[in-house]
Parts: sequence; structure tokens; C-alpha cells
Amino acid sequence: MSLVSLHDVGFTYAYADRPALREVTLEIEPGLLYGVVGANGSGKSTLCSVLRGVIPHFHPGELTGAASIHGTDLLDWDPGELSRSVGYVFQNPFTQISGIKETVFEEIALGLENLRTDPAEIVERVLEVIDRVGIRHLMTKNPNELSGGQRQLVAFAAIVAMDADFVVIDEPTSQLDPETSEKVFSIIAGLKERGTSIVLVEHKIDLMAEYADRLIVMSRGRVLEEGPTREVLVSPSLDEAEVLRPEVTDLALALERRGDPLPRVPITRAEARELLAPRLEEAPDAHRTH
Amino acid sequence: MPIELTDARFAYPDGTLAVDGVTFTIGDGERVAIVGQNGAGKTTTVKMMNGLLKPTSGGVTVDGADISGRTTASVARDVGYVFQNPDDQIFGSDVQGELEYMPRYHRWDEAKRVERVRRAALMAGIGNFMDLNPNDLPFAIKKFVAIGAILVGECRYVILDEPTAGLDRRGLRLLGRILDQLREEGITVITITHDMRFVAETFDRVIAMAQRRVIADGTVEEVFARDDVVERAKLKRPEISQLARDLGLDAGAVRFDDVLGLLPAGRG
Repeated sequence: MSLVSLHDVGFTYAYADRPALREVTLEIEPGLLYGVVGANGSGKSTLCSVLRGVIPHFHPGELTGAASIHGTDLLDWDPGELSRSVGYVFQNPFTQISGIKETVFEEIALGLENLRTDPAEIVERVLEVIDRVGIRHLMTKNPNELSGGQRQLVAFAAIVAMDADFVVIDEPTSQLDPETSEKVFSIIAGLKERGTSIVLVEHKIDLMAEYADRLIVMSRGRVLEEGPTREVLVSPSLDEAEVLRPEVTDLALALERRGDPLPRVPITRAEARELLAPRLEEAPDAHRTH
Repeated sequence: MPIELTDARFAYPDGTLAVDGVTFTIGDGERVAIVGQNGAGKTTTVKMMNGLLKPTSGGVTVDGADISGRTTASVARDVGYVFQNPDDQIFGSDVQGELEYMPRYHRWDEAKRVERVRRAALMAGIGNFMDLNPNDLPFAIKKFVAIGAILVGECRYVILDEPTAGLDRRGLRLLGRILDQLREEGITVITITHDMRFVAETFDRVIAMAQRRVIADGTVEEVFARDDVVERAKLKRPEISQLARDLGLDAGAVRFDDVLGLLPAGRG
């Protein structure tokens, strides 16, 4: 059974004159990492809100079509129950941080307290996650005094701590440096290995190419394409959706236009290196430095 | 005329050192990217450049004159700063008011105010949102409101803190057009960014910071070519530049077209 099943789903926010989602048909299978890509305002965050059930339970508006999570129609879910079974990281950490907790430790524990987890287990899990995310130095700080990047890590850690079977993550690295972004992605990959199903909105396409199993391409509220990452990254739908490709993919496409294609189109640097290396060995006069 | 930092140091009242003595000069019309890990001291450094923070020791001059005696509002006329998080910068209840704040504060005459606001709105691509409350706008558009509010002024230096974060391809193109326009006007652009593709394609000079100090200052090619700097500042070279190095091609190739040009033809 699909984890989430959307059939011809549309949603229009109350007071909006146009739908934010149109004719969305999508099956999310368990155990995979789905990347959602698209321009700003293409409906990515609204799709996330449907997937975690805050549409229609908290955002007023008109939902059409059929949407079910774990086989139960979205409208039949108890909102509290649903929020406990789907973890969610907000795009803007300034929105997610509760503002009511005085330390990072308590902030991360908040979700587990709401799940009525045993206090001893809360301490153990929060400490474990704090180390995994690498924020022990922030543990006793006030969340309101953290930098944007630090808050983003705390918001992410809070969701990791909840250990949900299904997490929806909206731009977790927008304010992080490259090293920390990679770390967040490797933690997400670790969640997937433990069987967590993940939907991830992210602009960093190189990381998506490396980690996502499938990509969902959105434009103007519609899903233009859904498919294996490798196929989607060379699809014209990315141009229509105004989404950047990995630079190495662009490079291969530029070689194709030069009438000089590679045997296949790489989506990661490692693949590009493998495909280009034989060509350089055959061309001893190439601009080598060593 | 340049901005000059001389052994500028900043410590918070509790003694925590944020910037431990930085020295550099940024001249007219330069395009400079300041890079390094979160916490390296980048934002504190640029905040000292526009008077938002006063150095604990050392000095900052703008156009040859020390700015320590000037108010932040006065320095901001010369040196505009676009915040990383637009919510930290924007406080107007509509976009029009946000853009008019600076002209009204400095009591510009109406003709000049109207013209500068119109032009800034056009450049920032926010003309359709002028009557709306910035809080109701999506994050990416709010970022352009924050940029527009700085473009209204007649700053000769514009500092952009993480301008590409959260922008899509359209947003990046718009930002590129704004930066091209500023270049044509001879305005100095300084950015803080983690986006190395943006650095390689758009900026001429890179200042790398680590542990509250400047550890390298040079052309984009020079800085990315240094393994020790990349390691210490935790930089990630643009994918295309790293690929060129992996293949043993010119280590100074950092831009897409440069790398493409270095690739030999296949046998087919």
C-alpha cells in the first residue's frame, strides 16, 4: 500500500484567487527518499502541508480530489494523531522554534513530551540526536539567541528525535554552510536506511542528485513529472519548471550540443569523472597540471 | 574611494570574541565574496563595515574617513546592508512604505523619492507587490523587498548577506541582473555566501575567513586553488571546479565555460 496517495488533488487557500495545487496525482511509496523541486511559489510547501495533513485541518481553504495517508482518507484522520505520525521540518526555522522553551535541549525534547515519551528515554534520545547533529555546544543556549543556521539545525534535530516513520522536510539547509549541509543530508540518508520514508524540498540540486531516489517536479501548482532521479534530471520538465540541473549534468549536455556527447549523462561528480577520464587519457596534450 | 578595515576586532560584552583582527581594503567597483564556515566571523565583519557594530579595537574607514563617530543611519547612506533574514530588516506594513522609509528619514524631496522608489521597485522586480504587507509575501519575494529597500538609497557599497539562499532559477537570474546593473553604475558589491557556484560565476575577489580571521584574500582562481584554505575555511569548490581538479585539468579553472573549454573532444 502506498504511504500517501493523492488523486486529482487541488487546493485553494481561503482568500486566494488561484489554486495553490492543481490536479495532483501522486503515490508516495514507503522507504524511499522523494525530492521535491520547483520554482518558488510552485506549490512545493503546499504539497508538504497536504502530505502532513495540516491541509485541510489547520489551513482554511478548499481541498478537492482524494488524498489518503496510510490508507486512511485525510479528512478522516484525527489531526493530533496525524501530527504525531508525520514529522515535519519547517522551511523557516524562525517559524518552527516554539519560543516557549529556554534551552535547545528542552526545545528538542518538546516533540517527545507531546508524544508522552518516558522522561528517561527523552533524555537519552535528545542527547543522542544532539550528538548526531553535532550541536552539543548549543544544548544549554536559548533557542531565541541562535543564528539562523543554528536554529535550522535545532529544528532539524527536533524532528530527528521524534523518530517518525514518515518525515516531510522543507529546505533544511537553506542557511547552512556546505559542510553542515552535507552532514544534514547524511543524517537524512541514515534515517532512510533505518526505514524512514522521506519527502524533502531542497534547492541544492547536487545533493538531491546524490541522495534522492525519485524527484517530483512542480510548476504552477502542478506536478509536471515524477520519476527516478536520474531520468528526471535530464528531462525537459526541469527547464519548464525553471529548476537548475547539477553542473556536471549541464556540462554533459553542453558537450552533447557541441556534437561531442559522453556515453551517458552523469548526475554526480563521481560519475562525470569516470566518464571523462578515458577521454583525457586519449588526449595527452590536454591542459594538465600534473 | 575604498572601505578599509585595519586590525578590526569585535568582542561581545561578555568577552566572546567574534572577529579577531581583520585587515583588508575593498576598492571602488570591486565584486568581493566573503566566504567561510558558519561562525567564522563573516557577518560581524560586514556589520562593522556599515556601522551596525562598532569595532572593539582597530578601525574602519569609508572613503578615507573614520566612521567611529558616525551614526549607523549616517553610514548606511554610503554602505547598504541587506540582511540574511529579511524579517530582521523589514518592518514596514506595506512594501511601498518599506521602500520609502529611507528617503523619508533623510527628508529627500518628493520628486527624488518617487523616482528612486520607482526605480528600485523595478530593479528588484517587486512592482506588483507595493500595496501588500511584506509579512504576507513568500520568503523569496521578501528577500527582493529587502534588496529593493537598499537599492532606493544612493549607496556606493552594497553588502548582501546570503542573497542566493532560497532563490530559484528565476530569482537567481533577477539577482544576477541587479548585480550587473550595480556593476555598470560602479557600485561596489560585497557578499557573504556559501554558494560557491555563485561566487565563481559572479565575483572577482574572494576573502576567506576561518576562526574569526582572514586566512586568504585573492582572485577566485587563487583562493579555490589553495587546498589549505579550502580545508581550513571548510569551503566546497564549485562542482565543476572540483571535477576539473579530479581530472588533473587546470586547477585554476573555476567557471563552467572555462572547464568546458578544457575538455578534449571524444574519439567519436
